[in-house]
Amino acid sequence: MTAEAGDIRAIKARRGRIESAWRVLKTAPFSAWLGMIIIAIYVFCAVFAPWIAPYGEAEIVGNAYQPSSAEFWLGTDQIGRDIFSRLIYGARNTIGIALITTLLSFAIGGTLGVFAAIHRGGWLDQILSRLVDALMSIPTLIFALMLLAVFGKYIAALILILALLDSTRVFRLARATAINVVVMDYVEAARLRGEGLGWITMKEIVPNIMPPLVAEFGLRFCFVFLTISSLSFLGVGIQPPTADWGSMVAENKSLITYGNPTPLYPAAAIALLTVAVNFVVDWFLHRTSGLRDEH
Amino acid sequence: MHPIVRTVLQRLGLGLLTLFIVSIVIFSALEMLPGGFAEAILGQSATPETVAAFNKEIGLDRPAIVRYVEWIGGILQGDFGTSYAGAGGNIKRHVSDLIAPRLYNTFFLAIMAAVIAVPLALTLGVLAALYRNSLFDRIVNSVTLTTIALPEFFVAYVLMFFFAIKLRWFYSLSTVSESTTFLEHISRAALPAITLTLVIIAHMMRMTRAAIINLLASPYIEMAQLKGIPRRRVIVHHALPNAWAPIVTVVAFNLAYLVVGVVVVEVVFVYPGIGQMMVDAVSSRDMPVVQACALIFAATYILLNLSADIISIITNPRLLHPR
Repeated sequence: MTAEAGDIRAIKARRGRIESAWRVLKTAPFSAWLGMIIIAIYVFCAVFAPWIAPYGEAEIVGNAYQPSSAEFWLGTDQIGRDIFSRLIYGARNTIGIALITTLLSFAIGGTLGVFAAIHRGGWLDQILSRLVDALMSIPTLIFALMLLAVFGKYIAALILILALLDSTRVFRLARATAINVVVMDYVEAARLRGEGLGWITMKEIVPNIMPPLVAEFGLRFCFVFLTISSLSFLGVGIQPPTADWGSMVAENKSLITYGNPTPLYPAAAIALLTVAVNFVVDWFLHRTSGLRDEH
Repeated sequence: MHPIVRTVLQRLGLGLLTLFIVSIVIFSALEMLPGGFAEAILGQSATPETVAAFNKEIGLDRPAIVRYVEWIGGILQGDFGTSYAGAGGNIKRHVSDLIAPRLYNTFFLAIMAAVIAVPLALTLGVLAALYRNSLFDRIVNSVTLTTIALPEFFVAYVLMFFFAIKLRWFYSLSTVSESTTFLEHISRAALPAITLTLVIIAHMMRMTRAAIINLLASPYIEMAQLKGIPRRRVIVHHALPNAWAPIVTVVAFNLAYLVVGVVVVEVVFVYPGIGQMMVDAVSSRDMPVVQACALIFAATYILLNLSADIISIITNPRLLHPR
């Protein structure tokens, strides 16, 4: 067993990082590949939006409600902006804001969760856990709507509110997984040989709670992304003239009653990304739990 | 006292405590209001006098505890306060009067969606569990996995585009009024109800399938099968009594999810329910209406989860027949 493990480690060391990543990717099923390719296209659009988009984000280029043509691929919206360009810019705004919110949510929830697990049963753990219970008993969308009414429609308020509300779920998961790791022998060993609390947290606990947290990151991103899109669609999220898929659906929604499918394009852009992320997360969950079975 | 009664009472007490805490959280939203709120509500033309009168009217000159007791006391008697719309003027609009007809519409829609979704999801879930890994199971699984990931308004607009605009089977906008008859109401609310069904059916079906598969793997089911009991009897008499708890939890959890889904779907179909009202109130920052809607949504959510807990306790055979 030890010899085998040593061999595997030697082989792994000989391979470069890119090569071992490629070996893992080759085992991915079709759905995961599809998901990763879609995500890559979205990221590409988001990063290079000004170079890809034929027109500017809020540039009025023609008459209102023009049908699709060679000049405007998907037509123009209610004040004559090119919908195709706004879709591309929307990738940048919508995904960017959702990503920032999720990162913030993980920074808050993850830190507090690990901290609560280390000081399990302490007064801070008790207070945090009860607070999270109370916050989780109100549906996120309803809570977010109420807080947006209080603080007004600012992007900073939107990001902070959603990050705080979503961090409750991250807190629960981080705390639950970290509690199982904290009691492990290797953590005890590190403590006995006199390592500091910060070193133990960063080198022993955090690496061991990463796999479930990474999978959760994908799911939380989807949830935050959908909630932000819903709020923007309801008119209380990202405000015009910023191009955003949720508000684009709302701006053009009257078109659909005339049999024009324009509002479906931004909605489909949202749907495709969430399905893609779900495919990748699904594969990741299978892989990480599969690895656990082997040991 | 029978242990089951004690557990149920404990759960009820915990539920009431949660409701109490949530009411405090919703109330304190008003405490977090930034300065200059009165000016923002009353608009540019507000004089210092009307601003002062408005602040006095919403009671910012009195301690928060007093206002909380008044607020919650009023709600327990069905009075949610007065709307900010028209504040500063002479017309007072009671939030309760605004909410009552819309609350009926929202419950109408939610119950309609539940009546379609629950039996359908349970049937599909049990069938998928019985014929697992078959083609039927795989199709149902991948379709539901996709619908979980879709935003509600996408599902709503796709259905509207194809079934209301292109095929003209349903109404595209669900405008109902107090004079609408019951049958008319059903036909106008059909498309929103189908949208909500699609949104919640996936979770319910997948979790029912998982619960049944879990149970079918347990030794006592294998024992029953080895004894030669017919398949249907094994399912109905041996598996189902133990499956009720997880299935009921799933159903209640998803009905609670309807609370969120209903907001977006009502806005898409312009259905005059409480969700649409809350969104309008958020835009105009009409706090009494927002708080009333938030409290109703949160209370529904908590009560549904609570009833799921209680049903799973009283249907648990181990608790029903204590040693």
